[in-house]
Amino acid sequence: MTNSPNSKGRFGIHGGQYIPETLMGAVNELEEAYDHYKNDPDFLAELDDLEKKYAGRPSLLYYAENMTKDLGGAKIYLKREDLNHTGAHKINNVLGQALLAKRMGKTRLIAETGAGQHGVATATVAALFGMECVVYMGQVDMERQALNVYRMRLLGAEVRGVTSGTGTLKDAVSETFREWTRRIADTHYCLGSCMGPHPFPTVVRDFQAVISKEAREQILEDEGKLPAAVIACVGGGSNAIGSFYNFIGDEGVKLIGCEAAGRGIDTDRTAATMNTGSLGIFHGMKSYFCQNEYGQIAPVYTISAGLDYPGVGPEHAALKDSGRAQYVAITDDEAVDAFEYLSRTEGVIPAIESAHAVAYAMKLAPTLPKDQSIIVTLSGRGDKDVAAIARYRGEDLHD
Amino acid sequence: MTDNNVDQKYFDDAYTRAAATEARLFADNDGDAQGSRPAGDAAKSQPFALHRSRIATAFTAPDGSRRKAFVPFVTVGDPSIALTEKLVPAMVDAGADLIELGVPFSDPTAEGPVIQEASNRALSAGTTTDDAFALVERLRGEHRIETPMVFMTYSNVLYSYGLERFARRAAEVGLDGVILPDVPHEEKPEFDEPLAAAGLDLVSLIAPTSHERIRSIASDAKGFIYCVSSLGVTGVRKEITTDVAGMVREVRAATDVPVAIGFGISTPEQAAKMAGDSDGAIVGSAIVRLVGKYGEDAVPYVADYVRSMADAVHALN
Repeated sequence: MTNSPNSKGRFGIHGGQYIPETLMGAVNELEEAYDHYKNDPDFLAELDDLEKKYAGRPSLLYYAENMTKDLGGAKIYLKREDLNHTGAHKINNVLGQALLAKRMGKTRLIAETGAGQHGVATATVAALFGMECVVYMGQVDMERQALNVYRMRLLGAEVRGVTSGTGTLKDAVSETFREWTRRIADTHYCLGSCMGPHPFPTVVRDFQAVISKEAREQILEDEGKLPAAVIACVGGGSNAIGSFYNFIGDEGVKLIGCEAAGRGIDTDRTAATMNTGSLGIFHGMKSYFCQNEYGQIAPVYTISAGLDYPGVGPEHAALKDSGRAQYVAITDDEAVDAFEYLSRTEGVIPAIESAHAVAYAMKLAPTLPKDQSIIVTLSGRGDKDVAAIARYRGEDLHD
Repeated sequence: MTDNNVDQKYFDDAYTRAAATEARLFADNDGDAQGSRPAGDAAKSQPFALHRSRIATAFTAPDGSRRKAFVPFVTVGDPSIALTEKLVPAMVDAGADLIELGVPFSDPTAEGPVIQEASNRALSAGTTTDDAFALVERLRGEHRIETPMVFMTYSNVLYSYGLERFARRAAEVGLDGVILPDVPHEEKPEFDEPLAAAGLDLVSLIAPTSHERIRSIASDAKGFIYCVSSLGVTGVRKEITTDVAGMVREVRAATDVPVAIGFGISTPEQAAKMAGDSDGAIVGSAIVRLVGKYGEDAVPYVADYVRSMADAVHALN
């Protein structure tokens, strides 16, 4: 199976630009602007300044001593993206894309959101830059994440519920693409993950790569050597690709992505694309997708709205193919256990998405010697998930 | 396949028809660039890669001159295969020149709500790609439909089926082409090569945002060019404000492949205006809406509507 010779944005066989002709002008314009500004000193200085003074970078690399002692193996470091402004790694990408959009003369940002974190980040930066903002969110997710919906509205964004399909993240992505084909001239689609048509996977990865740029420097300073492994959760995969990117050349560092197994990869209530999916083309890219034999995209399930996506970014698909990264599946039960464990052990409540990475670290650390370290990216904080976890444990919270 | 003789016979028939079409097309040409080619040579040397698919017949009058075509769309299996099997012959009787069959996809990102819902209805009824092929096979066989037929679907439907396998099966059942709204010019060869090898046209699309891209898209277009009238997704529009005639002029500068206009057309006046500016009008959502409203009883409503639209377009011929 070969790709077309003129196809751009390939990671191995994955990636490409499988989008309507109507949008080709817009993605070409974005690619051109990005190629220019990614090397523009003024642009980079402004982004750096925003990251430091608005988002609170660099984020801490925190040695989780209690957890390390309790598990009795490799030293565990938490890359604290949860401490960023808006409480997740999403702000890294949004600051970059919004700045780019502004330079391109766009006055309006549109975005999809699952758990609401990317929507909140986009609404936040739109408020900061004085841009109009519309966020598409699945109706099911709006109910699951009512607080974030109100948060976005508070920030001045319009939140539009998506009822098509399964009413979750994939449908929000589809609807945002549809909106972009309606209105292109003044509008930038601020895509939230390292997915979609070229150049988005590259643009998002580059803006998220600050995670591993910092983490690599920080671990070398703290430990004097590279970690044995870097672990991050993977939905579309933006915090993971950002966490992996600057370690890809370090052969001794294992890169481990944790996908959401939901009720288990042997059930149909799962979102584990790498472990259960197959090669396909959707949302502008060739990659792995949960689908049936006729290529119909499968409804996926996980407790985590942010990982509730039937595909994965093309660079992850290529990292899997090459064996450079491995992708493990973590069940709802394991993630909820890890959510509670980290809260009790370190006094850090992780996002349920990030708890998938913590869960795998809990399995891996005891198998490694004490003079090794592992980095776990905490992609976000867990305040948004508290009510859902209570429900999972059979408690109904009343305000 | 159990009966290769039947398949081979179909190909022989298709070859004869296509060669006859070519002969007609080139017999009375007005000196265009391809006009001097001996009719049917490419087809003779490689019977499976017919030089011109049957699509050309939709835009060609019996005397070989260009004629305006009306192209209706329905979603296969909406709400049942049985209904689609009745709708297609009824639309042909009502004057359809080319039939666009939507093969349902779970997440049709280029469609508005009307066709999204049709896709859902079809998938809920269990419609598969194989059902769509079997339908075309019956339309060509027992229903004796000679009108060109193309699939409109999404790249993953072909990709998951296997591109070569899809192309082989499509040729076998008598399909003439495929429209893939999520495959732009840059990604075209991956799909075009296996389809062309089986004698099918991958229809190229141009949009109001195509501008300087039009020339390169048109330069290797086959069958017909699908000109998207407006920004946005499929669906009925009160008016079409794009300079469609200007887009068609740019296409014509690069190719003599027919251009049909789709997106937003629902009234006979709009159809006549759009076909007047091009070689044909494509109508989807307005028909699908009737199917959604009348369900299994939709045939007479769709037939009446298609007749009114086809008449408006054919009045220009």
